[in-house]
Amino acid sequence: MSLEEIHFSREELARYNRHIIIPEFGLESQKKLKAAKVLVVGSGGLGSPVLLYLAAAGVGTIGIVDFDVVDDSNLQRQVLFGVHEIGNPKVEAARRRLESLNPHVQLNLYNTHLNAQNALDIIKDYDVIADGTDNFPTRYLVNDASVLLNKPNVYASIFQFEGQVSVFNYVDKQGKLGPNYRDLYPTPPPPGLVPSCAEGGVLGVLPGIIGSLQALEVIKVITGVGETLSGRFYIFDAMNFESRTFNIQRRDDNPINGKNPTIKELIDYELFCGMRAVEEKPVKAITVKELYDWQVRGEKFQLIDVREPHEYDIVNIGAELIPLAGIIENEKNIRRDIPVVIHCKVGGRSAKAIKELEEKFGFDNLYNLKGGILAYIDEVQPELTKY
Amino acid sequence: MATVIIPTPLRKFTNNTARLETKAINIGETVHELTLNFPDLKKHLLDEKGQIRSFINIFVGNDDIRNLQQENTTVKADTIISIIPAIAGGLSPENLSL
Repeated sequence: MSLEEIHFSREELARYNRHIIIPEFGLESQKKLKAAKVLVVGSGGLGSPVLLYLAAAGVGTIGIVDFDVVDDSNLQRQVLFGVHEIGNPKVEAARRRLESLNPHVQLNLYNTHLNAQNALDIIKDYDVIADGTDNFPTRYLVNDASVLLNKPNVYASIFQFEGQVSVFNYVDKQGKLGPNYRDLYPTPPPPGLVPSCAEGGVLGVLPGIIGSLQALEVIKVITGVGETLSGRFYIFDAMNFESRTFNIQRRDDNPINGKNPTIKELIDYELFCGMRAVEEKPVKAITVKELYDWQVRGEKFQLIDVREPHEYDIVNIGAELIPLAGIIENEKNIRRDIPVVIHCKVGGRSAKAIKELEEKFGFDNLYNLKGGILAYIDEVQPELTKY
Repeated sequence: MATVIIPTPLRKFTNNTARLETKAINIGETVHELTLNFPDLKKHLLDEKGQIRSFINIFVGNDDIRNLQQENTTVKADTIISIIPAIAGGLSPENLSL
């Protein structure tokens, strides 16, 4: 739609008045926002402020991709949702909130995982992508799909006290293409090496800060107002209140758009991030139901919790606490004569502990508790605290 | 002495120290010194071949060492060295089903 075809009702003009009266912004930028189509991938911690501010700012069409439902552990940071939406699909809850904020916005909902099969089809209809996902495979997927379809990708990521923002695959006013995620991080860390927020946590206000910066960059990409973060990489450390902005460049060896690109279509991103390999060589595991049966029957086994002490203090199921980092030096405290069940929060760290013990000391009696203490609480002791 | 800023996810390997000082003269030496002083950092910074991992970015001042002289990038007394690992956000890998 050309900007001449964009018109505003009296209500809209009143609503967007504070934008329109900024000399550098004006009615033209507001028209660009209304004409724009933005796809927000993930409606969680980052997606919440992005969606709220883009809808409030008057972006004409917003697509929301999220497969998840609202959970009470989301509400500490996902300010899009309220208590009454717990259990509802996030995209539906987001729609209700955003429609009440700005009825002039067209919302397209995708209650699905973004994957290599559907990504190009979903992304092709949008002008700008805002990546607020929470895992490496989807980060690389969104990046590659954006590059293949020539869409700018406004990136933000958070962990604990640290946030990152950049604008990828952006063509500047001189027609020069900026770097993308693969220029910054050619390959992802192997699973288990970098803890996730579910294990490492995230300060609730951090996605609010970083997601707001992401929304800002989306608006700048759409309107052309100011200088975007293309070619720059912004870091915010909330702990020390320090921010730094680094220069980044395109790389000749970028596999998707360097000198000799090898990626011409979307690939298997779980495999690329090493997650499929983890599944191929599983550790032995038992379900929480089986563990409960062992407990009821009074079977002899050792139960070990490899979480951190502060997590153990929040909730525990009476296991011996040996945090993952100290599991190797505690080898002598791990029984070999009876089955040993090892658990953590959801099962990732305990699987890692078992692999290390099996590889280093040849244990063959170790069992991972599937779903960790959270599954145990859900199915056996719902009165315990979840975190 | 040059200053190394340790990112949040790696501070648990540096006794929660956010800033360290180094007398090293280049980045290769700086990383070597870090892994000697904090052995647990090693596998996070270096791969099996002793190369800086590709999901760890090291910036000298505002610039990526890949656009300078890589490990040979010189470090001066007032240099700020930033280590910035890839972070992805919330989800545990084991909960992921694409």
